[in-house]
Amino acid sequence: MAKVITIKPVTRIEGHASIAIELDEEGNVADARMQILSLRGFEQLVQGRPAEELPRIVNRICGICPWMHHLAAVKAVDGCFGVSPTPTGHLLRELCHALAFINDKILHFFFLAAPDFILGPESDYSVRNIMGIAKADPELARRVVQMRQLGQMLLDRFAGKAIHPVAGVSGGFAKPMTREEREDLLGGCQTLLDFAGFALDYGKEQVFGRYQEEIQELGVITTGFLGSVDDQGGLAVYDGRLRLMDPEGGITDFSAGEYRDHINEAVLPWSYAKAPYAASWGQGFSLDLDQPQGIYRANTLARLNVCDFIPTPRAQAALEEYRASFGPRPQYTLLYHYARLIELVYACERSLELLADEAILDPRVRAEVIPGKGQGVGCVEAPRGTLIHDYATDEQGCIVRANMIVGTTHNIAPMNMSVRQAASSLIRGGVYDESLLNRVEMAVRAYDP
Amino acid sequence: MPLRLVEEWLHSCSGCEIALLNMGEGLLELLPGLEIVHMPILMDHKYVSSQGEDGAEPQLSLPRAEVGLVSGGCANEEHRELLEEIRAKCDFLVAMGTCATHGGIPALTNTRGLEQTYAEVFAAADHGQAAVPDQGVPRPLDRVYAVDELVRVDLLVPGCPPNPVHLKEVLTALVEGRAPQLPTKSVCDTCPAIRRGTIEKKEVQRFTVNADYDPAQELSAMRCLLEQGLMCMGPVTAAGCARRGAPSCIQARVPCRGCYGPVRNQGNQMMDMMNALVSGGVDMKTIVDRQGLLRFSGAHNRLRKRARRRG
Repeated sequence: MAKVITIKPVTRIEGHASIAIELDEEGNVADARMQILSLRGFEQLVQGRPAEELPRIVNRICGICPWMHHLAAVKAVDGCFGVSPTPTGHLLRELCHALAFINDKILHFFFLAAPDFILGPESDYSVRNIMGIAKADPELARRVVQMRQLGQMLLDRFAGKAIHPVAGVSGGFAKPMTREEREDLLGGCQTLLDFAGFALDYGKEQVFGRYQEEIQELGVITTGFLGSVDDQGGLAVYDGRLRLMDPEGGITDFSAGEYRDHINEAVLPWSYAKAPYAASWGQGFSLDLDQPQGIYRANTLARLNVCDFIPTPRAQAALEEYRASFGPRPQYTLLYHYARLIELVYACERSLELLADEAILDPRVRAEVIPGKGQGVGCVEAPRGTLIHDYATDEQGCIVRANMIVGTTHNIAPMNMSVRQAASSLIRGGVYDESLLNRVEMAVRAYDP
Repeated sequence: MPLRLVEEWLHSCSGCEIALLNMGEGLLELLPGLEIVHMPILMDHKYVSSQGEDGAEPQLSLPRAEVGLVSGGCANEEHRELLEEIRAKCDFLVAMGTCATHGGIPALTNTRGLEQTYAEVFAAADHGQAAVPDQGVPRPLDRVYAVDELVRVDLLVPGCPPNPVHLKEVLTALVEGRAPQLPTKSVCDTCPAIRRGTIEKKEVQRFTVNADYDPAQELSAMRCLLEQGLMCMGPVTAAGCARRGAPSCIQARVPCRGCYGPVRNQGNQMMDMMNALVSGGVDMKTIVDRQGLLRFSGAHNRLRKRARRRG
């Protein structure tokens, strides 16, 4: 090994990561990896805690998607205590899930990813960010900031906290919705749906249309996919069955509680994040670019690839157009962004559907909960992928075992592959510069880790 | 001259950074007065500078700045190195959020220590075949530290997450060259619920039933959750979460768990809460997870490893 290029930290992503690219004597890429640098140990620190407290503890796993951890946890605790939430409890939880989904999409696409496309991958690092967009296109920046803020404040007003929420509880929800609150949310969600339509058109014209070459090349690998679907095979994000698709398109559906029969977690000696893989394919685990084994992807690209359709009209129309352009299950890594904007439309439409249901105003928001011994697996689709919380409790209803597979970790193995693919194809003969290394990071950013 | 700002996250979740963004247009208004020179969530400045030099160990370095904002506690060697570099390069250092000021949720691992935590996490993976990763990843410290345990801090702004209103006040005050106005009281001092001075139940009720209240009525018509018999940590928790006239969890009709840390910076939320309950005639033995009362403030050796029992 002649040289190691370090990109540290990987920026405009949610977590703490670095990239190490090893060059050989000729200056070509010998190896490249993405490293996750920290570990907090949530599976350990929750042990002994009363299970009903977990939704308020594990939401701290992620400050960008705390609602996802909060809701996966309330479902897992429901399972431990053997309680079925009231129908309205489910509606309120799903509404908050959809609202949080909306905010996350706006944040990721416009604040984190878009500077690479709007200002260009070669633009100077000091302006290639949302502050740079605010200078280059102040109207766009203001609108994006306002829309994200609107979504956050809708959640904040209704549920008390948008970040690190508390309103989801075992058995349902902590408070009912009033008519005034519904009016506020309906108005806001309609505005957000209009914005989602704008965002999708903007993406098609300014990003996906202009960067065809990058889409065809950057970080492209061949993998399977994991997502959630409803009983008809339609996209589901709050509740559904898991669907694992192999690289040839073969699918297996299973309930969240059966995840251990399909997914195992490998340990990469260079990263504190474990790497889940499809153990049920019986191939073992390999990151080899030509012969990957057990590798699947999660998050937006994966969800749109595994579903048969999207159950809301505008998002379904967008899905049809997307599939007409790129095929039924594209592998292009940068298409995560396109799929993200289609999911943004879906989440807005779904919020309006939920708010239109009169049952959402029912005051019976929480079923009776009796702490006790049990096991429960709670699963939701987080923005970054399928999120699984798996708990067991003792007779007092306190946690004795917890396993969590966080959305991003499904993509640890594929991100390592995309980094190597991007670095190998971009760096030749030891020639590279800052903008070229930024292109390697763009392959990571697509996964929104 | 705009104020140069360095922002970093250590042992954290990014919730503090999202709280910064939740200033909304307030952030856009602040931008002319600020020059962000380092902030990994939003911009591409790297702290490793010697990129790819032959044989050279990458050096960690940050630009000079008037203000440093740090979220997260400190849990590994790289966090510590970064924190020391931020302290060295920034004139004024703000510890942002409860992880930075008091350890936060991740400091719950302090009862077992980080070495044991890491060993347990990886022992459970891959059919028990895996070792703790050790190739180019930072080594853990012995436990999770609040940042003021390791470097001098000029201002503590707790909250999980901190209130965007206060973050804006801090940045505005620094730009204007004045002292920021921040709350000093307890959560209860900002709560409109009805307090009569007596706790109705002598046993602490777990939050497995919702509070008793009329959803059609304002919060000011609801009886204090602690007096209803629920564990509510408002009396011993620093104020700051209140928006729209009430603490944020109370707005969801959910009791406080203490996420802004102790009212007095050196206070102990567990001891103070138990004192409050005992003086209200409550049987302390009915608290299921007393350690959990320190779930946000376990740094500063509040939570520590118990001596191993023999035999």
